[in-house]
Amino acid sequence: MKNYLVKQKDNLITFGMVIGAYIIVEILMQAGLISSLLKGLLVPLCAYIILAVSLNVTVGILGELSLGHAGFMCVGAFASAFFSQLTKNSISADWLRFTIALIIGFVSAGIIGFLIGMPVLRLKGDYLAIVTLAFGEIIKNIINVLYVGRDSKGLHISIKDAVSLGLEPDGEIIINGAQGITGTPKDSTFTIGVVLILITLFIVLNLIKSRDGRAIMSIRDNVIAAESVGINITKYKLLAFSISAALAGVAGVLYSHNLNSLMATPKNFGYNMSIMILVFVVLGGIGNMRGSIISAVILTLLPELLRGLNDYRMLIYAIVLIVMMLFNWAPAAREYRDKLLSKINFGKKKTVEAVEGGNEDGNN
Amino acid sequence: MATTNPVLEVNNLSISFGGLRAVDDLNITINKGELYGLIGPNGAGKTTAFNLLTGVYKPNEGIVKLDGEDITGKSTIEINKAGIARTFQNIRLFKDLSVLDNVKVGLHNQYEYSTLTSIFRLPKYFKTEKEMDAKAMELLKVFDLDGSANLKASQLPYGKQRKLEIARALATNPKLLLLDEPAAGMNPNETKELMDTISFIRKEFDMTVLLIEHDMKLVAGICERLTVLNFGRVLAEGPTSEVLNNPEVITAYLGE
Repeated sequence: MKNYLVKQKDNLITFGMVIGAYIIVEILMQAGLISSLLKGLLVPLCAYIILAVSLNVTVGILGELSLGHAGFMCVGAFASAFFSQLTKNSISADWLRFTIALIIGFVSAGIIGFLIGMPVLRLKGDYLAIVTLAFGEIIKNIINVLYVGRDSKGLHISIKDAVSLGLEPDGEIIINGAQGITGTPKDSTFTIGVVLILITLFIVLNLIKSRDGRAIMSIRDNVIAAESVGINITKYKLLAFSISAALAGVAGVLYSHNLNSLMATPKNFGYNMSIMILVFVVLGGIGNMRGSIISAVILTLLPELLRGLNDYRMLIYAIVLIVMMLFNWAPAAREYRDKLLSKINFGKKKTVEAVEGGNEDGNN
Repeated sequence: MATTNPVLEVNNLSISFGGLRAVDDLNITINKGELYGLIGPNGAGKTTAFNLLTGVYKPNEGIVKLDGEDITGKSTIEINKAGIARTFQNIRLFKDLSVLDNVKVGLHNQYEYSTLTSIFRLPKYFKTEKEMDAKAMELLKVFDLDGSANLKASQLPYGKQRKLEIARALATNPKLLLLDEPAAGMNPNETKELMDTISFIRKEFDMTVLLIEHDMKLVAGICERLTVLNFGRVLAEGPTSEVLNNPEVITAYLGE
């Protein structure tokens, strides 16, 4: 099938782009051309890319607006950091511990996504967006009051304070309320981040081009018609939402294992973060995975590159964002871009003409 | 046609919205292979009747039987699985999916593989997708849409979109096909072509069809029997030529 081959090629370009960027960054790093500031940004950047791609499953493929994506990241981050902290001394192989942590992050966020999705996905549009926003905040706030400690008798849990855990003298506090988890092993590296991006892309792109993916997209395009051909709406909405949440959990694992102290603040797991991810998705093009990656990279690096401008930094950032949005999605700009593209790519122009001409020539 | 085995049996079907009885005491029996017409002026309750048959609305009274099986009050999905497929008065395609994928969504429940199979691209994925492609292309060929398989559904001209909707409905392998004003918005040439297509699929797939239509030419041309609705009630029913000559029908529907 021609269509099939085109899509496969398209996916390969996306994978190639990520691998190419990785190689370039590695070379630059070897040559010492990357500042330590930028180096510190590489792992969070990988996490943001995974978040953007995973949110795009909900927003672009399922067609529902979710404002609580950071909440799922939070679940993955804390569940996995808790596990790593617990087994820091008992599992000596870093790779094994981190692999299990990844699975825990994936599964825990997926389960929470499923549980939240069940009631929430009955809603539509703005209502759904606001309820997901609320759930995201709830998750963050629950973690902020959660105290977990361990001593010779086992685990102690409290939602009051550290003292009420009643730990024995040999006990240690693992999750310390608003102060979060301190001393998580630093298992995340840029290479692992890139591998996880590739795995995320692999899962998402393969899902889209499958029986399940078609069912999910049919719901996005027309719920009534999807129902009329026997598509189980609830099942596929939940599937898309859970996978999206689970992958956000993976991003959380990557993120948390890059930090010395993990705290659930509004900045990293709150509303701001959810909106930032949504901006990546919208700017990159809803449903466009490659676009999500590119916009996540640009918008993450931009504030750092503008650091020299001091006070004007966020102002310039905002202006660049507006200009990019306009250039990318304003109708006139799109037309101009398409024209430009069709000049470069002759094959594409031909297809466009065939469509406009009503396909008299059978369009091969 | 002998009344051997009714595919659809509707008895005393009624639904009210507030004080309005949108469909009142509807009785229809459609035999296998028949092409049955449901006509009536605007607001007579035709589309409401379709929505009752497909589970969009739950009837207040009455029984719907498909091939002897009671499907009254079941959900749209269950009814589709039981064997009723439909098209819509205002076309409802999956507009951002390709023409081929639209039909493949229709094939969804006949070909199965798990989510993990698709994510890990196991051999079963390729095997099943290949079968689905072949089956979908076969259907598209019937409607002369195979050349446009890779276009987005929204890129098709109007007449072809109508055809694609029928192809998608047929992909669910129904026992009964409901067409809601398939000729709406078509020019005479397209209508003629559509009539041929409907006759063709009826023979080719041995399909039973229930048709809502405004276009009297189309109805008179292909339907064997008709039911005329007016204000939710059955005004007349029987063989097409008889019904269309019924004086009451002529006043209610066709004008003086």
